[in-house]
Amino acid sequence: MDLNATLIVQSFTFLVFVALMWRFLWPPILGAMQTRQAKIAEGLSAAERGEKALKDAANKSEGELKAARAQAQEIIGAANKQSAQLLEKAKADAEAEKARILAAGRSEAEREIAQAKEALRKQVGDLAVAAATKILKREIDAKAHADVLSELAAQV
Amino acid sequence: MAAAEGQEDSGSYVLHHLTNLKLNLQTMKIDPQAHGFWVINLDSVFFAILLGVVFLLFFARVARKANAGVPTGVENFVEMCVEFVQGRVHDIYPNANSLVAPLGLTVGMWVLLMNFMDILPIDWLPWVAEHKLGLPNLRVVPSTDINVTFGLSLSVFVLIYIFNFAYKGPIGLAKEFLTHPFFVKSGPLVVLNVLLMPVNVVLRLVEDIAKPVSLALRLFGNLFAGELIFVLIAVFGSNAFSHGIGGFVGFGIFGALIQFLWAGFHLLVIPLQAFVFMVLTIVYLSAAATSHSEEH
Repeated sequence: MDLNATLIVQSFTFLVFVALMWRFLWPPILGAMQTRQAKIAEGLSAAERGEKALKDAANKSEGELKAARAQAQEIIGAANKQSAQLLEKAKADAEAEKARILAAGRSEAEREIAQAKEALRKQVGDLAVAAATKILKREIDAKAHADVLSELAAQV
Repeated sequence: MAAAEGQEDSGSYVLHHLTNLKLNLQTMKIDPQAHGFWVINLDSVFFAILLGVVFLLFFARVARKANAGVPTGVENFVEMCVEFVQGRVHDIYPNANSLVAPLGLTVGMWVLLMNFMDILPIDWLPWVAEHKLGLPNLRVVPSTDINVTFGLSLSVFVLIYIFNFAYKGPIGLAKEFLTHPFFVKSGPLVVLNVLLMPVNVVLRLVEDIAKPVSLALRLFGNLFAGELIFVLIAVFGSNAFSHGIGGFVGFGIFGALIQFLWAGFHLLVIPLQAFVFMVLTIVYLSAAATSHSEEH
């Protein structure tokens, strides 16, 4: 139970152990731990940044999608309007064409009617001349009475 | 477990267990009766160094492959210890220098391992030593040797003074010695300081000497008492084979049960004492590094 030289040996050993620990064992362990801590912190912040970037991208894409949708709507609206206009125009054109064709047909018919009337008048004139010739025999000269005959024909 | 010792009377059995394997340095002979200062307790020194080396090698193995990757098994344990000590140091002594935490870890782990030798059944290693190696005595728990605990605390004491000198300088330390805690700053009573200075010095000396003494005696007392009770329970159990079946049940089985319960209780004391030793070491060193005048 008495104090003896073990004391000195123990003190010395302790100091040696502490020195070994301090100089050789502690620094690499603590260094590794601190490096790892830094790495983890970095990783966490990177993850956070990534998450934020993802969120931003999602927001952005949603906005763009919305804009694109609106634009598409606009384009569709414009196209509808244009097609309606085209249709309207085509209808109007067709209407005008119809009117033109009708007018042309009508004037043609009128012209033919006039021609026919003319031809008929001539024939009637000729017929009247022939009838008169037959009635009067040679008394009436076709050439001398041509103006009377054509007047007659015009009156038919 | 004490059956082998059953023939001896209990007094000599207890004494046998409390005697170190002593080497007389003057005659260089192993002598259980040796006394005086120039004696070495070979068993304490052997087990203390053995445990210290085991602990350092264990840490060295981890330190050699320490990397910032994912830690595994043993690395986790070591890093947990390191982090634990680092945390305590940081709480107690925020701007500690780089020595304090490794010192705390070393002292804490070493005391813990030395204390844990107490859990080994008390007769196993002494029996081997006596019957196989021919050694008269063997105490396997270094921290039940007052020389070991004082050895640790004296080193701490020396470090406290090194810290005192390093952080305050001789003048700052002298000033602290002379003017703390009693000091008249101004007024007509300043002359009283002449009387207060010796009081301060005495108080400071008591305070400083109390540190290593309490540190060493606390550890020694707890562990020594624990070991003594293990020995006494073993004496109790040693009657197991001499009183028939009743003695076997009463002394043997009951004694084993008590031994078991005491070991269970001691499992709490062992880490607690190691922790207390470590924390107080850190506290003393931090107190040595901060000057009292800053606190006022």
